[in-house]
Amino acid sequence: MTTLSRPIPVVLRPTTPRRSRSWRLLGYLALAAASAGVLLPFYWMVMSSLKTNNDVFTLPVEWIAADPVWSNYADIWAKSDMTTWLGNTVLLSATVTFLQVFTGSFAAYGFAKIRFPGRDALFLAYIGTLAVPWQSYMVPQFVMMSKLQLTDTLWSIVALQAFGALGVFMMKQFYETVPDELLDAARIDGMSEYGIYRRIMLPLSAPALASLALITLVTTWNDYLGPLLYLRSPDLWTIQLGLKSFISQYNAEHALIMTGSVLSVLPIVVIFLAGQRYFVEGIATTGLKG
Amino acid sequence: MSAARARWRTTAVGLSFLLPNFLGFLILTLVPVVLLFYYGFTEWDVFGGATWSGLDNFRRMWGDASFWTALGNTGYYAVFHIPLTLAVSLGLALLLNRKLRGVGFFRTVAFFPYITSVVAIAQIWNMLFSPGFGPVNEVLRWLGVANPPGWTTSADASMPAVILVGTWRDMGYYMLLFLAGLQTIPGQLYEAARVDGANAWQRFRAVTLPGLRPTTFFITVLLTIGSFKVFDLILVMTDGGPGQSTLVLSQYIYKKGFQENEFGYASAVSIVLFAICFLVTVVQFVVNKRGSS
Repeated sequence: MTTLSRPIPVVLRPTTPRRSRSWRLLGYLALAAASAGVLLPFYWMVMSSLKTNNDVFTLPVEWIAADPVWSNYADIWAKSDMTTWLGNTVLLSATVTFLQVFTGSFAAYGFAKIRFPGRDALFLAYIGTLAVPWQSYMVPQFVMMSKLQLTDTLWSIVALQAFGALGVFMMKQFYETVPDELLDAARIDGMSEYGIYRRIMLPLSAPALASLALITLVTTWNDYLGPLLYLRSPDLWTIQLGLKSFISQYNAEHALIMTGSVLSVLPIVVIFLAGQRYFVEGIATTGLKG
Repeated sequence: MSAARARWRTTAVGLSFLLPNFLGFLILTLVPVVLLFYYGFTEWDVFGGATWSGLDNFRRMWGDASFWTALGNTGYYAVFHIPLTLAVSLGLALLLNRKLRGVGFFRTVAFFPYITSVVAIAQIWNMLFSPGFGPVNEVLRWLGVANPPGWTTSADASMPAVILVGTWRDMGYYMLLFLAGLQTIPGQLYEAARVDGANAWQRFRAVTLPGLRPTTFFITVLLTIGSFKVFDLILVMTDGGPGQSTLVLSQYIYKKGFQENEFGYASAVSIVLFAICFLVTVVQFVVNKRGSS
């Protein structure tokens, strides 16, 4: 019976092998061109960071630094406040990520698994503001921040990034996939809601938490506008703000500027490569960015 | 009695979960969004408080040439950035959806621009676009272009330069969304089309495009809002220049609000930006509903 019901194989490829081979070749060519298009600017950045300043712009372009100037990577620390900038950025990224992951998943549990009046209206407010561009309310937000006396403190950036609707939305999506029966069983066993959140939901949602943490970390590290609006004192500057001021101050030091750029990008690339799977999954499931 | 108490308890527990996040969200997002619609109708500089001025800000905007320039430039950016990014990211997704070696490598690589900070991106491209000695123009000259454009240093070519970099930065992100959409199309549909003798182009028209409809709609909405609020890339790459050739709405809000301290007028311009994004989204939803029914 089973053998009889198997479908008769149909010839699915009317195209000749030769034609399909040329299609494959075309595909590889396109793939190579696209990779080059994405990678060449990065390659150029790294190569320029290893040149002397006069060799960055030459005709014809020197695609390989013949005599790599590694000292650029030592000089940049002396010429700029890189240490302060990186320190502030690491501190902010860690704090914001922790708060976003904690408050976001905590609130998401309330939204997803506890029924109470007014819950859905509150969630609608969250979703509604996701569609409002930040650029359109940055002015009144600045006014609120001044009233709270947070401007020109690192707290302003924490406040700005840590309570985003994105984390709540992402975690709620995930928590809704956890069956209610599991939680009801725990409730019957006398576990409190806080216990369920901590002992059942948090361990279950480790991959989703990792996605959220990575996305928040990268966003906070790369944020330029928040620090630009709120951080005036140079000792509070983040790497993005510092790099931008370095570029304006030493606008002819092309090689050193590229050295600074490499240093600002490198930690994120390493983190991205390490947690790529979570990062990509997080983007693909929510399709949202900050 | 005890049922009411239990319900009260559940509500209290539920609210306690929301509270830490909601407090921050309320003060820093919800209240500012609501206040925007008050500030936009006030006259306000840093020294005095807000005084109600009715439609004065909007009347002023009507006669403000810089506002119209910013609005026009934002439209210019959107009109080219949206279709270009749609086409490129769909093309890349189709390419990655084929069984080729090296596809995983490219999926990783394509994400690099998206996770790189805008300051670094703008700086790299400004140097690549450098008119005299930059690699871009050198390649163009090698290809036989006698007078390559001045890119970010010329009023005509600065917007195209920004649009190209914007697409380069965003394409990996939207490619990923398209790829997720492509994987929801059942393989049998393609096989059925093949049996019917459809060629690659016909399969794309008859199977891929209709199957991607919801994804394409979602991406178009995201891309449209993203284009109308474009800000940091332009701020760092050209600072709106040369002249006002790349001045966009978000940057005009920034300029009025944070550099000239005109909170009232900046809020009024913000309302316009908000209204545009809102209207565009509503129109797209309506069109999508009509198209799919």
